Amino acid sequence: MKETAELVHKYLRSTKKFPHIWCAGCGNGIFMQALIRAIDRVGYSKDEVVLVSGIGCSSRLPVYVDFNTVHTTHGRALTFATGIKLAKPRLKVITIMGDGDAIAIGGNHLIHAARRNVEITSFIINNQIYGMTGGQCSPTTPLGVKTTSCPYGNLEPNFDICRVVEAAGAAFVARSTVYHTRLLDQLIGKALKKKGFAMVEVVSQCVTYGGRGMRLNSPAEMMKWQKDNSIPVEKARELGEAELEGKIVTGVLVDRERPTYREE
Amino acid sequence: MRKVTRKQVLLQGSEACVKGALMAGCHFFAGYPITPASEIMEVMARELPKAGGVFIQMEDEIASMGAVIGASLAGAKSMTATSGPGFSLMQENIGFAIMTEVPCVIVDVMRVGPSQGLPTQPSQGDVMQARWGTHGDHPAIALAPSSVHEFLELTVQAFNLSERYRTPVIVLVDEVVAHMREGVIVPAKGDIEVEERSQPTVPPEWYIPYGDPGTGVPPMPAFGEGYRYHVTGLCHDVQGYPTTRKDEAGSLISRLFWKISKDLHRLQWLDSFYTEDALITVIAYGFVARAALPAVKEAREKGLKVGLVKLKVLWPFMSQTVTKVLEKSQKVLVPELNIGQISREVKRVNQGRCEVVTINKVDGTLITPREILKTLEEIHP
Repeated sequence: MKETAELVHKYLRSTKKFPHIWCAGCGNGIFMQALIRAIDRVGYSKDEVVLVSGIGCSSRLPVYVDFNTVHTTHGRALTFATGIKLAKPRLKVITIMGDGDAIAIGGNHLIHAARRNVEITSFIINNQIYGMTGGQCSPTTPLGVKTTSCPYGNLEPNFDICRVVEAAGAAFVARSTVYHTRLLDQLIGKALKKKGFAMVEVVSQCVTYGGRGMRLNSPAEMMKWQKDNSIPVEKARELGEAELEGKIVTGVLVDRERPTYREE
Repeated sequence: MRKVTRKQVLLQGSEACVKGALMAGCHFFAGYPITPASEIMEVMARELPKAGGVFIQMEDEIASMGAVIGASLAGAKSMTATSGPGFSLMQENIGFAIMTEVPCVIVDVMRVGPSQGLPTQPSQGDVMQARWGTHGDHPAIALAPSSVHEFLELTVQAFNLSERYRTPVIVLVDEVVAHMREGVIVPAKGDIEVEERSQPTVPPEWYIPYGDPGTGVPPMPAFGEGYRYHVTGLCHDVQGYPTTRKDEAGSLISRLFWKISKDLHRLQWLDSFYTEDALITVIAYGFVARAALPAVKEAREKGLKVGLVKLKVLWPFMSQTVTKVLEKSQKVLVPELNIGQISREVKRVNQGRCEVVTINKVDGTLITPREILKTLEEIHP
């Protein structure tokens, strides 16, 4: 692993006014580091990388890094990314979305991008809540958890993002948490190299709003929760549906060859 | 612009629009099926790949608009075509394109609304939506062709204005003009001037993506050419980074207006007929202007002093030119296929100078020359 300082100087924007907007203890920074390490390892030039994000805390990521970056409208990152990729196929197009961004308001675009199998690498930072707007429940908030928009507990079952994207036809689907940084590094690298639509769900924590409803009182506790509730996919395959209830299955869930949009 | 030696061909409005787009260098089209605009998409699906461009049918109009903006950021001249309901869905991303200064063209084939309305019948009900459809204070450019030939010509001009001012340009066309077939002399390549977005002349490290080079329009390199910059719909500073500073936010929004308003004199596109000594001037646009011309001619034959001004640019509204018309006339007649949208602008500019009479229709039928003539006879002093 390269020295962090070296990567910081190479990839963070020197003209950008720091600090960033994320709360101390947020998982977005961990993901940003992992993404930079993976891009450096894969060896893309900064000029050929395009980072496209939607709206939300994690979608502020592109502004800090020295690539071609677009911070689009809420839920629509994949539509912009599709246009960029098709208009200039040599570009490496990466999208960064949150859970509300990608599967609530942008759910339609997510399934269709996966169905088309456009060559986009997509990261969904899933902190199970709308952090930027004050902690409302999202489609991934666990059943029963209290948030500012469901003060009596969430009444709706939550989405399994990976299964949605798999069913829609993505070539590569994987999941990690921000606690499992080494796994995260590997999965980002694999997703970047995959031909076709690749999606990695990154389970993260919202230290300001998410912990309240889940009765986790610090970033450390929340990351410990990620550690304790994760099961590698190899092990999960031996377990039944009931034993996997509420667990985070990590690793490469789908890796298949499908003709990409341009090949067809 | 026309070469008389060229042969006339029979074209549908939608086909003429596609011809114009290809002439202007359109390289990317994203759309979603909608009556009465689907023909533009279908012709594009056939013709654009042949011209080396990219066509994609997206999952909805929101996605179409997103893809169009994305493709433009990657350097491609891009467009979409839709009708009222789809135009409504596109509004948020149109605002994004205005704020981030991404050139693109949106054709809105107007049908009667609100909601699903009358999908196959003509209307001019989206004039105000083209102006104020997206939220917040913003400039708008909208063109209104009245014939198949003009549809071709104004589509080229829509691309030109969009590239020149780095802003979305809307072509507002009545359903009839999009579906009608007329003989058109297709201009040869080179007969119509095609404009390209300006490119930075400085090395990447000196490039200021949202600085004002004096024209109000910053140069725009495509993604992947070494000029790495940030694009955001948030208020941004000259580097493109989000800002909440009042000086930076205010000057950005002001510049978005100024880059177009400084050139208002270049956007006074209209055709005048018999206006020299007219006591009554008809102000019309789109297909209604076609109906107004024979009415005005017949009225002249009957000895009435009437004239016609056909507007080709609806937004920004041609206040200066219309003011001159109002100063010369005693009365103005504004026939429209809506409840009164451009007539509101005429009244605003008029400031009580002369009487403004309107003919309005929202039942899916056209305003006929006879109806216009009848009104002219009634109000002629």
